[in-house]
Amino acid sequence: MAQIEIDRDYIATLKPPVIKRGVVGWMKDNLFNSVFNSLLTIATILLLIKVVPPFFQWAFIDSNWFSGSDVCRDSEGACWSVITKNIRFIIFGFYPYELHWRPFSAMMILFALLFLSNDSKYWSKSLGYGWLAGLVVMGILMKGGILGLESVDTMKWGGLPLTLLLSVFGLTAAYPLGVVLALGRDSRMPGIKYLCITYIELIRGVPLISLLFMSSIIFPLFLPEGLTINKILRAQAAIIFFTAAYIAEVVRGGLQGMPRGQYDAADSLGLNTFQTMRLVILPQALKIVIPPTLSVLVSAFKDTSLVVIIALFDLLKTSQTVLSNPKWMGFSPEMYIFVALLYFLGCFSMSNFSRKLERQLDTDKRT
Amino acid sequence: MNATKQHNDSDIQNNKAIIEISDLNKWYGDFHVLKEINLTVRQQEKIVICGPSGSGKSTLIRCINRLEEFQMGKIVVDGIELTNNLKNIEKVRTEVGMVFQHFNLFPHLSILDNLTLGPIWVRKVPKKEAEETAMFYLEKVRIAEQALKFTGQLSGGQQQRVAIARSLCMKPKVMLFDEPTSALDPEMIKEVLDVMVQLSEEGMTMIVVSHEMGFARTVAQRVMLMDEGMIIEENNPEDFFTNPQSERTKFFLDQILH
Repeated sequence: MAQIEIDRDYIATLKPPVIKRGVVGWMKDNLFNSVFNSLLTIATILLLIKVVPPFFQWAFIDSNWFSGSDVCRDSEGACWSVITKNIRFIIFGFYPYELHWRPFSAMMILFALLFLSNDSKYWSKSLGYGWLAGLVVMGILMKGGILGLESVDTMKWGGLPLTLLLSVFGLTAAYPLGVVLALGRDSRMPGIKYLCITYIELIRGVPLISLLFMSSIIFPLFLPEGLTINKILRAQAAIIFFTAAYIAEVVRGGLQGMPRGQYDAADSLGLNTFQTMRLVILPQALKIVIPPTLSVLVSAFKDTSLVVIIALFDLLKTSQTVLSNPKWMGFSPEMYIFVALLYFLGCFSMSNFSRKLERQLDTDKRT
Repeated sequence: MNATKQHNDSDIQNNKAIIEISDLNKWYGDFHVLKEINLTVRQQEKIVICGPSGSGKSTLIRCINRLEEFQMGKIVVDGIELTNNLKNIEKVRTEVGMVFQHFNLFPHLSILDNLTLGPIWVRKVPKKEAEETAMFYLEKVRIAEQALKFTGQLSGGQQQRVAIARSLCMKPKVMLFDEPTSALDPEMIKEVLDVMVQLSEEGMTMIVVSHEMGFARTVAQRVMLMDEGMIIEENNPEDFFTNPQSERTKFFLDQILH
């Protein structure tokens, strides 16, 4: 036995091997690495040649952007004028035309707040107050009736502001409610536990559409005469209750993933149950379930479009209303592409935000 | 055994009891995991408990700060009896620190925040004061320079020292150690044991579940062997290791000495 000779100088000269491949090499490795894959690649290319240039021609070259519908009808290309000519109705619905600046300003305030909240370096108490003030101002702008603003009945609210209202409030209220339900379902107190289980299972057991119907048709029947609750509010409540049940189950998954040792450590420091949850368990559990939570929130955002069935004029309904005008009938592809784009922007921003949040909270990995 | 320790040992025997366990029984379902345990721990006393896995030694010390419930018997910690009264349980937990096999640090918090969490929320200490205390104990476990890192960036030995400091920040009267070195790489055991020896020299009351015999010899007044939920043998460390009385202890020592 002896000490082993080590050539440290030689070891110091070793470098990781560099793999260098050009575009051709990459294509060979990834697109043409077998007969079957080569065939697939060729078929895909042919399909793209068949589809992409005609679409491009239709959407951008032959397209009409601001012409009237009669010009559109004679043209081969897309008729984007169905959107540009009707943009104010699509966005604002039946909101009084000369007052459109009010929902517009409200949306701008909302976007500004969302934009600031997107970046954690602006997270502070003042941003919280900003949200509170913003909500009040947005409410006043939409409803009016004070400060010399003309009052606008909520039945006239519609389009994008309505979609945003339903989603932003729906999601922000459903999330905490879902967390509370998840904690309740894991509670040791049987009363609370079974109440939460019943709630979650009942709500998850019915489609959102039926909840919306119930809130708009059945629920008012039980109210005493003379008492009515605003229709938007009822739809809003249905969306919140529905989404919360799904969030609850996602959060429960996160809670179950928490190791026993974290509870032990919190208990041994003398933290009470509430503190243990708030300071130790939830920050970790909620972080673990960011991706599935986002899925629930994104689908809830899109599901707000179901309010059309109780005759609320959200973004999708105002678009359909334009299409039902004989003048613009038949231009549905253009219109739905536009609406899809708006929904995509919303969903994509949410995804981006969640990914950013995940990276920021990623503290427990070795670096 | 050195002279000062012997001198201390006789002193400690006259100290006031801080933990009194009488006729303790615990079941997991039908499984009788702790059987008629009687144990009195005096202030500043250090007790090492060893025994095969499943013998109930972890369960026993987890009962002392009520991480485990028990069905029969009585535990009194610093004059407070452990009952179902939540206030009492929380009070006992603030007086009893605990260090776990797997450290159980909070991975979403920085080291400093791990240490100040208990003092700020339970002891209601102002943040600044809690941070000063935290830095004091981090110095003590020789890891102050890591204060702003997260737990995932530390080695096992460092994490366990942070866990000890986290308990000390609550200024506990008793420290429980549940196999504090069992999950560590061999090269890191000593740095943790050194901190524990230092702590014992400062007069902390300690109950340690461990098979580190060198440690037991240096600090313990009593070493115990648990098996099948009972305390089988109890002795001073010298006699426990060199002249065990029961066959079970002899067999156990044979096994861990290879």
